[in-house]
Amino acid sequence: MADNPLIELIDIKKQFGPVIALNGVSVSVMPGECHCLLGDNGAGKSTFIKTMAGVHKPTSGEIRMNGQKIDFANPRDAMAAGVATVYQDLAMIPLMSVTRNFWMGREPRKGWGPFQFLDMDRANQITLEEMRRMGISLREPDQAVGTLSGGERQTVAIARAVYFGAKVLILDEPTSALGVRQTANVLATIDRVRKTGVGIVFITHNVRHALAVGDRFTVLNRGKTLGTAKKGELTPEQLQDMMAGGAELAELSASLGGTV
Amino acid sequence: MVDQPSGAPVADERIQRQSGLRRAFVRPELGAMAGAVLVFVYFAIVAGGTGMFAADGIMNWGVVSAQFAIIAVGACLLMIAGEFDLSVGSMIGFAGIVIALLSVHMGWPMWASIIAAFIVAMLIGAANGYLVIKTGLPSFIVTLASLYILRGLTIYLSISTTRQTIIGGVREAAQGDWLAALFGGKVLGFVFSWLADMGWIATFQAGNRAGQPVVDGIPMLMIWAVALIIFAHVLLTRTRFGNWIYASGGDARAARYVGVPVDRVKIAMFVFSAFCATIFATCQVMEFGSAAADRGLLKEFEAIIAVVIGGALLTGGYGSVIGAALGALIFGVVQQGLFFAGVESSLFRVFLGVILLLAVILNTYIRRLITGER
Repeated sequence: MADNPLIELIDIKKQFGPVIALNGVSVSVMPGECHCLLGDNGAGKSTFIKTMAGVHKPTSGEIRMNGQKIDFANPRDAMAAGVATVYQDLAMIPLMSVTRNFWMGREPRKGWGPFQFLDMDRANQITLEEMRRMGISLREPDQAVGTLSGGERQTVAIARAVYFGAKVLILDEPTSALGVRQTANVLATIDRVRKTGVGIVFITHNVRHALAVGDRFTVLNRGKTLGTAKKGELTPEQLQDMMAGGAELAELSASLGGTV
Repeated sequence: MVDQPSGAPVADERIQRQSGLRRAFVRPELGAMAGAVLVFVYFAIVAGGTGMFAADGIMNWGVVSAQFAIIAVGACLLMIAGEFDLSVGSMIGFAGIVIALLSVHMGWPMWASIIAAFIVAMLIGAANGYLVIKTGLPSFIVTLASLYILRGLTIYLSISTTRQTIIGGVREAAQGDWLAALFGGKVLGFVFSWLADMGWIATFQAGNRAGQPVVDGIPMLMIWAVALIIFAHVLLTRTRFGNWIYASGGDARAARYVGVPVDRVKIAMFVFSAFCATIFATCQVMEFGSAAADRGLLKEFEAIIAVVIGGALLTGGYGSVIGAALGALIFGVVQQGLFFAGVESSLFRVFLGVILLLAVILNTYIRRLITGER
């Protein structure tokens, strides 16, 4: 693992009117690292990744890419800099074909002047290629995304982001709506992408999913970082406790027979 | 960027081919194709001997179908982009009155009047789109408002300037005008003369046109319809902008997120809808030689029904121009066919209602097939 982080967010604060959503959060992502961001609902995970993705501007704090301070005016800026986000629910348009989804917004064209047409052959071929690399064989590239499973849809979105040059890939709860097998597939995809040197920010509130692929873990609670730990430094129980405010959950957990 | 793999992709033996039938079944225009065949077979049986399928009969329902097609094309792209335009009918009346007022009443040259009508109508279309985008209101409501505003303005303009709701004298004003000929003329007349000389199409037997073919050319209206269908079909299926139209209607937020300029796409489609309405209006004004403030009544619904019969989803993101054109053809054939078959013409509306219902049910079912929704 390289020593220089791809992206660093230092002491990010974000206020919405009187509400302090983030109160000093610092996270860095190394190349080829899967950095898990954990936190319960309302901990500030969404606000934080939206700041990283250029949707929100931080009230204070600094974002650095490759050591250089950078400001994202909008999501396009962030994408241009190589920060891509795969949102859980708005990754894909179900009625459109896999190819049309894959290339949406960046369709390849051939021809000249006003006669520039979609290069569907090339688009289809590259889509099939990229999907196969992610371990999904499509029946055909013009099948609708709606026919894919939830896990496959996430994978198409991840493949798309990687193909278009993402250096930092933010995954917003990619596994939260998935079954066991599909979750395993998505986690395998994350692992595959990580090995190509892309830095991944994996947002989840499922400790087991995080531990399965994570290299480092940062826990957010009430808009603050509770700390960052490396793999092996924490047990699942400790992570779970940090996420939900320790003592309370321990009590709850005991009453449920330790299954939470 | 991930490094590219070397070598050409190989066919995957694990990929199971879908049957051609099933693939055809999820094409949006399938229902309209089946419907068109049914309609033709039906009228070939009940009205085959009435001249419905002779040259002049074909021209009869062909022109009506072309009228439907022109506004259906605009409505189709707009619906796929996820919006409606209920002001199409009012726009037709409005644009017609603008042309007649400027040319006949104010003495503008015809070409300038036509261009002015196009500009004004497209600006109103843009205003419709802008309002929908900026307010976030359903386009249904916004364009319902413009339906009333435009119709009222049209009648007011017409009455306050000429004290009539019908403005005649357009044909005289259009004499020899180069742009008017693009909308009102007929082309390929020599082909039909030749066909008549060969005895393949009928000629008038009596009257002052005796000996001339019953069809003396293809009206520009039909040329416009075909040109618009081809243009819109290519735009939708073969260009980047077409992909953006699908994306804007399919899921505007997801499209925005990957950088599709959804607002621009939607406003452009409102403008295109107004453009199609103005083509319709101009052709009609040239054909009748007059403009009337009540022209285009209910056209917006007929356009939407044609599009839905063509397989488009009311919710946007899915549909086909070819389907919409077939929907318009079904319309024209049935409306005129009932006349040929001597059936009470009020039954046309019954037919419309029934076929609309069937089409929506079929489309919903096909949508489930495609998306795998339960």
